Amino acid sequence: MSTINKTWQGAAKLVNPATPMRWGAFYVAEFRIRGMLKWAAAIVAFGLGNPVMYLLSIGVGIGAMVNNSQGSHGIDGVPYLTFLAPALLATAAIQGAMDEVTFPTIEGFVWTKMFYSINNTAISSKQIVDGVMLSAMARCVLQVMLYELILVAFGALPLASLPVLTVASLLAGWGFAAVMLSVTVFIKDDDGFFAIVGRFILTPMFMFSGTFFPLTALPIWLQWIGWVSPVWHATDLGRALSYGHHVEPWLLVVHVVYLAALGLAGMATAYPQFKKRLAE
Amino acid sequence: MPKTQAKVTADSSPELMIVAKELTKTYGDFIAVDGINFEVKKGESFGLLGPNGAGKSTTMKMIASTSQRSGGELTILGKDPNQHGPEIRAHLGVVPQQDNLDRELKVWENLMTYGRFFGLKSSFLKPKIEELLQFAQLEEKRNVKTEELSGGMKRRLTIARGLINEPEILMLDEPTTGLDPQARHILWDRLFRLKEVGVTLVITTHYMDEAEQLCDRLVVMDKGKIMAEGSPANLIKTYSSKEVLEVRFGSDNNKTMAKQLKGIGDRLESLPDRILVYTEDGEAALKKILAAGMHPITSLVRRSSLEDVFLRLTGRTLVD
Repeated sequence: MSTINKTWQGAAKLVNPATPMRWGAFYVAEFRIRGMLKWAAAIVAFGLGNPVMYLLSIGVGIGAMVNNSQGSHGIDGVPYLTFLAPALLATAAIQGAMDEVTFPTIEGFVWTKMFYSINNTAISSKQIVDGVMLSAMARCVLQVMLYELILVAFGALPLASLPVLTVASLLAGWGFAAVMLSVTVFIKDDDGFFAIVGRFILTPMFMFSGTFFPLTALPIWLQWIGWVSPVWHATDLGRALSYGHHVEPWLLVVHVVYLAALGLAGMATAYPQFKKRLAE
Repeated sequence: MPKTQAKVTADSSPELMIVAKELTKTYGDFIAVDGINFEVKKGESFGLLGPNGAGKSTTMKMIASTSQRSGGELTILGKDPNQHGPEIRAHLGVVPQQDNLDRELKVWENLMTYGRFFGLKSSFLKPKIEELLQFAQLEEKRNVKTEELSGGMKRRLTIARGLINEPEILMLDEPTTGLDPQARHILWDRLFRLKEVGVTLVITTHYMDEAEQLCDRLVVMDKGKIMAEGSPANLIKTYSSKEVLEVRFGSDNNKTMAKQLKGIGDRLESLPDRILVYTEDGEAALKKILAAGMHPITSLVRRSSLEDVFLRLTGRTLVD
């Protein structure tokens, strides 16, 4: 006979609903981070490997050619590596945060349907959204710090700029992750979703956001991709914070407001949509 | 004419775990649950029996306080789920139809993270997990990822997970669908033990034997409505005869033979593959048939089951 009936107290005594109602989002984040830890080695390896690869191939390789043809002022008045670094950082933040909202959301609703069982506890739909976002931000911080470590080691970022750059990167990561969260909640089946996002959203965003060259170098009919892209707003902001790239004050405000607006709009959509889908 | 609705008392005493009055759920024009009335008392094992699409799962989701009702009243543990969803859910255990376990986490981690969702401390959860692993006979699988478990093991783990907060009400949606007979019997045994602890069970099933085994009382649902309510034995007594004689004359002949059988037994039910003769004495009915010169290919006398109740109430079989 099992010991189950000897110690049974009953939920009425055992569980105080106020605790999960208050801390639920952190419990969801804890659950997500436990899942992420299973991939810790891969997360750190990519976190360190990606910036090293970009810096060596594009930063150092292409940078040598750019610096040669542009003279000692490189591009935008700084060496190419310094010009490139804020863009890599912004992209890393956005990519890292996005991965940790899209995969878990499809997993939670479609693959394992785990979100439904979380919602069967005292945890609300809003706390699930917040918890997933919290854990994505934790991943984002880690990713950004690993990049910063490498970029500082290569002399591509001034040490003093790290605190503000970290904040700006997190803002960009949150803004885009919130938008992706509000899109992913509608996905009924993962058929091709990640391929479409990768090919038609992420890649163009990475290529046409003034990542490798100033956005103004593109013909005007391609520049709009940069204007709507959080990568450009974050990159332009990052360059101003890193090496003092000249940005009109109003445009600085636009960068911050745009990224924050993406985040707020994304969350405002995600909350009711999560609630609706969990009730299905 | 027997009553087709569960009786509902005017006020809900604390012993009533669930009270539903004219409970309704609609999706657009579709009425999934159509004004049902029932109540569940503490320590009771209550079943919702019906075919797929009868509205059982929708009813369960409303009781689980994750899906809001479209109409009527619902009180669970004395509270309205529309206002107090999280408070109610904190004291429920839910075993969904599909085992939605996390695939990347190990068996014990699935229990640990789930316990955390109730705000339970790991000092409480550690011994609790050991107890539940023993209860679910999964002690040797504690460090295995859930995707490596068999169907029966996953089911037992999902049930163990639903018990982590020592719920007042444990809700099981089709607990043994898809399991082999041995796994089903192990599960039934575990559920019996919970009843002994005094846990209130709410079970949906489309298996009559499961309902007969597990439920003190049940409602038969069809097309969103409650067709009948009572204990399995009472339902059988009210809606069916003591015994059933099943005779087969071959699929082409059953229809014509059914006409000739008229007058034998209390009632006849003609199905495509067989004819059911409802009677107090199956053997006697069979003798009459043989004496009349009719020779069924096969014949079988059995006791009435909930399947017969359902057939009587809806004119359809429960499992196609």
